[in-house]
Amino acid sequence: MDKQSLLDLLRHDARESVDDIARQLGADAEAVAAALEELEEDGVIRGYQAVVDWNNVDEEHVRAQVEVDVELDRETGYEEIARRIARFPEVATLRLVSGDYDFFIEVEGASMHAVSNFVSERIAPIPEVTKTVTHFVMDSYKEEGIELGDGDDDDRLSVSP
Amino acid sequence: MTLGDQLSDRVKQVPPSGIRKFFELAEEVDDVISLGVGEPDFSAPWAARTAAIDSLERGKTSYTSNRGMRELREAISERVTRYGQEYDPEDEIIVTTGASEAVDLAFRAFVDPGDVVAIPQPSYISYTPGAIFAGGEPLPVPTRAEDEFTLTPEALEAAGADEADVLVLCYPNNPTGAVMSDDELADVASFVRDHDLVVLSDEIYSDLRYEDDHASIATHPGMRERTIVFNGFSKAYAMTGLRLGYAMGPPGAIDAMNKVHQYAMLSAPTTAQYAALEALRSCDDSVDEMRREYDRRRRFVLARFEEMGLDCFEAKGAFYVFPEAPDGDDEAFAEGLLEEQNVALVPGSVFGEGGEGHLRVSYATGMRELREAMDRIEAYVSD
Repeated sequence: MDKQSLLDLLRHDARESVDDIARQLGADAEAVAAALEELEEDGVIRGYQAVVDWNNVDEEHVRAQVEVDVELDRETGYEEIARRIARFPEVATLRLVSGDYDFFIEVEGASMHAVSNFVSERIAPIPEVTKTVTHFVMDSYKEEGIELGDGDDDDRLSVSP
Repeated sequence: MTLGDQLSDRVKQVPPSGIRKFFELAEEVDDVISLGVGEPDFSAPWAARTAAIDSLERGKTSYTSNRGMRELREAISERVTRYGQEYDPEDEIIVTTGASEAVDLAFRAFVDPGDVVAIPQPSYISYTPGAIFAGGEPLPVPTRAEDEFTLTPEALEAAGADEADVLVLCYPNNPTGAVMSDDELADVASFVRDHDLVVLSDEIYSDLRYEDDHASIATHPGMRERTIVFNGFSKAYAMTGLRLGYAMGPPGAIDAMNKVHQYAMLSAPTTAQYAALEALRSCDDSVDEMRREYDRRRRFVLARFEEMGLDCFEAKGAFYVFPEAPDGDDEAFAEGLLEEQNVALVPGSVFGEGGEGHLRVSYATGMRELREAMDRIEAYVSD
């Protein structure tokens, strides 16, 4: 079972049935199921989630990208700080990045107030955090490789030679 | 006097296209899922599109040399070496307005009134009319499901193709998805040499072969000098609307085709030539990605047909599979499927002798539609 092909398919559409995946890869369903289980057990696949276009959801949903600077000392490393921040349910994404700041956080909340409160009351007070910059997401055009919007119509002739 | 009476016999001799009828039927149905499309569902690679735009911005809007831009012919010459083909960009390659124009040029360059043009069938629908427009006599050579729609010397013999002047070949094949191996082509090549035929080899689907590499009859001994090879950018590079193809062959033959081309077309569209040049230079990855996607769909469709009990040989090329219509009546099946399940596909009989009783199913459609179409076909079959 070619795991890369399996991952390619799932990254494109994780809701495909094991049977349909097997048909496309020319494998049998048991082999696909086994490979999937292995990928999950090995921690390669960490979950399956819906890609939501929040523009089309009635309830307010606010996201912000937060840049965080930290100052390390002899006892505290990135890993330790990250573990602490990752524990908050408001934190959807947390990455250590190169460049002008140290951590990139994506925070989600029900309102701008909730998100800014979270940053100022939960993130900023962490002793190693020296600076935060919060960017509220105003619109989104593409998520997880999927373009948001109406998409292009198939303008080919319906039957052609 | 009405103009209708003045039409040439050649034009009147050609019946309206059978595919047109299905197009009109499908157009009347709402929410149709079409597996009847003979072109990619992808767009041309981004780099090729950008190159076209860039050429326009630089004002490259004049004619090119009749045979096409020198750089493009050089890039084509370099490209086809991967199929074992060697052609001199100077006088053995001509760039045309789609491979379709190249095929038409060859008919006009090689066919005299009364010449017999052997056309293996089922086949792409343009060859027979093209031969007739050039004054030739088309000779259908039926290929068979039990041969997986490959062409055999026996089939050629049985159809009387030993008396023919020209043989048209198209592998990987539209409409069947069939491919031919080097060994199978060797047998055809031997027949062709024995009976002194000219071969017009349409290799437009050469990059869409899923189990092995493309094989060309032109690379067989004694065949280069009697073969014109056609290829182009429509299928592999998803550039159908840009209309760009090419023909390759011995200098005298390409000269003759260029004679027709320079009067009829002057030169292929310049913008498309720039797109094609960039496609050859930098778009192999896009082609590979599209090929992988087609291959996944091909396996999916073949597996579903097998599971629902539709007999279908394992097509290994192009983006078509060619299953049997369950009760043998392909037209009735296609019409019923369209009416009851809103799925369009093309009855095999449209593609000539040997196609009847089969259905051309194109998988140049996204997985979501394909899955839904298969569910609907299954519902229709089990009804």
